[in-house]
Amino acid sequence: MLEIKELHVAIDGKPILKGLTLTVHKGEVHAIMGPNGAGKSTLAKVLAGDPSYEILSGEILFEGQNILELTPEERSHLGLFMSFQYPVEIPGITNFQFLHAAKNARLKAQGKPLHSEEVFDAILDEKMVEIDVRREFKARDLNEGFSGGEKKRNEILQMAVLEPKLAILDETDSGLDIDAMRIVSRGVNCLTHAENALILITHYQRLLDYIRPGFVHVVIDGRIVQSGGPELALELEEKGYDWLVKE
Amino acid sequence: MSTEELLKEQAEYKYGFVTDIETDAIPKGLSEETIRIISEKKNEPSFLLEFRLKAYAKFLEMQEPNWANLRHPPIDYQDIRYYSAPKKKQSLSSLEEVDPEILKTFERLGIPLDEQKRLTNVAVDVVFDSVSLGTTFQKTLKEAGVVLCPISEAVHEYPELVEKYLGSVVPIGDNYFAALNSAVFSDGSFVYIPKGVRCPIELSTYFRINDKQSGQFERTLIIAEEDSFVSYLEGCTAPAFDNNQLHAAVVELIALDRAEIKYATVQNWYSGNPETGLGGIYNFVTKRGRCQGYRSKITWSQVEAGAAITWKYPSCILQGDESIGEFYSVALTNGLMQADTGTKMVHLGKNTRSTIISKGISADRSHNTYRGLVKMAPRAERARNYTQCDSMLVGNRCSANTFPYIEVANETSRVEHEASTSKMSEEQLFYLQTRGISREDAINMIVSGFCKDVIRVLPLEFAVEAQKLLTLKLENSVG
Repeated sequence: MLEIKELHVAIDGKPILKGLTLTVHKGEVHAIMGPNGAGKSTLAKVLAGDPSYEILSGEILFEGQNILELTPEERSHLGLFMSFQYPVEIPGITNFQFLHAAKNARLKAQGKPLHSEEVFDAILDEKMVEIDVRREFKARDLNEGFSGGEKKRNEILQMAVLEPKLAILDETDSGLDIDAMRIVSRGVNCLTHAENALILITHYQRLLDYIRPGFVHVVIDGRIVQSGGPELALELEEKGYDWLVKE
Repeated sequence: MSTEELLKEQAEYKYGFVTDIETDAIPKGLSEETIRIISEKKNEPSFLLEFRLKAYAKFLEMQEPNWANLRHPPIDYQDIRYYSAPKKKQSLSSLEEVDPEILKTFERLGIPLDEQKRLTNVAVDVVFDSVSLGTTFQKTLKEAGVVLCPISEAVHEYPELVEKYLGSVVPIGDNYFAALNSAVFSDGSFVYIPKGVRCPIELSTYFRINDKQSGQFERTLIIAEEDSFVSYLEGCTAPAFDNNQLHAAVVELIALDRAEIKYATVQNWYSGNPETGLGGIYNFVTKRGRCQGYRSKITWSQVEAGAAITWKYPSCILQGDESIGEFYSVALTNGLMQADTGTKMVHLGKNTRSTIISKGISADRSHNTYRGLVKMAPRAERARNYTQCDSMLVGNRCSANTFPYIEVANETSRVEHEASTSKMSEEQLFYLQTRGISREDAINMIVSGFCKDVIRVLPLEFAVEAQKLLTLKLENSVG
């Protein structure tokens, strides 16, 4: 589904990713771990198409198509979704308006009929029950005045509404207490199935107690230095990253 | 620059008809003599000549204001031609003769083809339609007893009303530019709504100016008698060009007992070269309404998106007890534009109420200032004001300032003020785009979210266009 080949990326002339390679097939859950500043969030943003990064070389193929030249909205229409580490606040636009506009933009790109407000409202209600989000989220302005946990839950709601093929969750667990994390992970688990794939970017093992990855990768200094199964995460929890840096 | 070419074309056109100008116009320069000639050419009654001369005497004693947060080279008031007979705009035979840049803007704004032709003064093919529209319109007004005519006509048709109310809200010596306008005003609109009449249609300058240039010193007077209602629309979203750089208009509104006036403006004058600031209109406007009667109401709403300099404070004098004043404003500046705009709410009567909602958006290297006064007179018992003043910055080379002045002279009145500053960022746009929303729609969403309290009160036909206009203006500024 996703192939990243020898990706080199810089921001403001400073190299961040230095030849990162990763392959994800459908039905798989991958965890990407690593110390601060290793390039994990950069990877997420580059996948989503953040224009502030400069692609020096390499390729990103999504379902066989090179997406590096595509705008963020085009990537979204193909079925890519990134959950932000720090979702931005946009006053004056309700969550409902925003989700409705996003859903319809997707439908339009797919050449499908758009949802009326009534139809979308019913769909949204269903999703909100599924991932346990309070109804008042609809009328509130997009992320404005939301707590850290509420913002993250709102990201998962967006993912549920947009039904992506590939979701990248960038530190969705950071800043969450155990209860919030349980709710978020339950939401994520509801949304993963054999036809889609998930990349989890995280610092900590604890999220992986709730969402079980089949593959764990360690990113250090812009490259994947170690890959393994779920047991690698446990090893990292115990030993830290230093033993990998020394190699 | 295409816009410059257009201005040049217009200038060239003017030179092509030199003889016409010489016969219709008087030489440049301002003097008592100039004013006497203007008045004579317009065949004005003596009260109006006196009005003009008194205003000119005041003007001579006054200094150009320098308190605003604005910078511009000195204006040479002797280098302006103060009278030329109302000219027809240059007439074109097809849209193909119009600057393609302008046509592109029209298209983006979604302005219908016939409307595009009217705005660029292309002869409309289906003349029948537009003529019949105008005729139906005038007939409807006549049946209702509503008067809408050029003020130069009203001077002759309704001299007692003009004499009574002209300068009654904006006195001739009110400020430098109002004094200048009072001395030399060319033309403008006159509206009279009789007692108990609800004006059946929204009055729009659309039907009046048509193929004439609106003039550089416009004067508008609207009188709403007891229990009447009128909604007046000024301007349009389409870009407006003029060879005259200085515009000093005066608008006066009078609302008697239980009367209501809504006055909406969309201003999109040429704002000059975005890099050098050359050209561009100086828009120095005095707009004021007097809520003279008990429970009268005046609402100003404006979208200011053009002009090199905007100096404008549509105000309400809340004289009648329980009268209401409202001001809703979006002021957008980009390029090198400067805006110093806001309102004054002067509470004189008991239980008067006012609301101020101001949204300033500044982009590129522009300066955007809100300046407002809320004044509670000793007699204005239990008067209330609510002010909300928000600024949005786009990029980091622009500036936004807020100067709220509050004067309270009694203990029972209440004044509330809220203010905020936010930033439209590349991160916000990226966020919306990753959810599948196009960049243009994303800008539109953020701007309409920011301005929604103002857009909501605009007349429907303005609201959609105004929103598109704001998006269009900001598209190249975000980043």
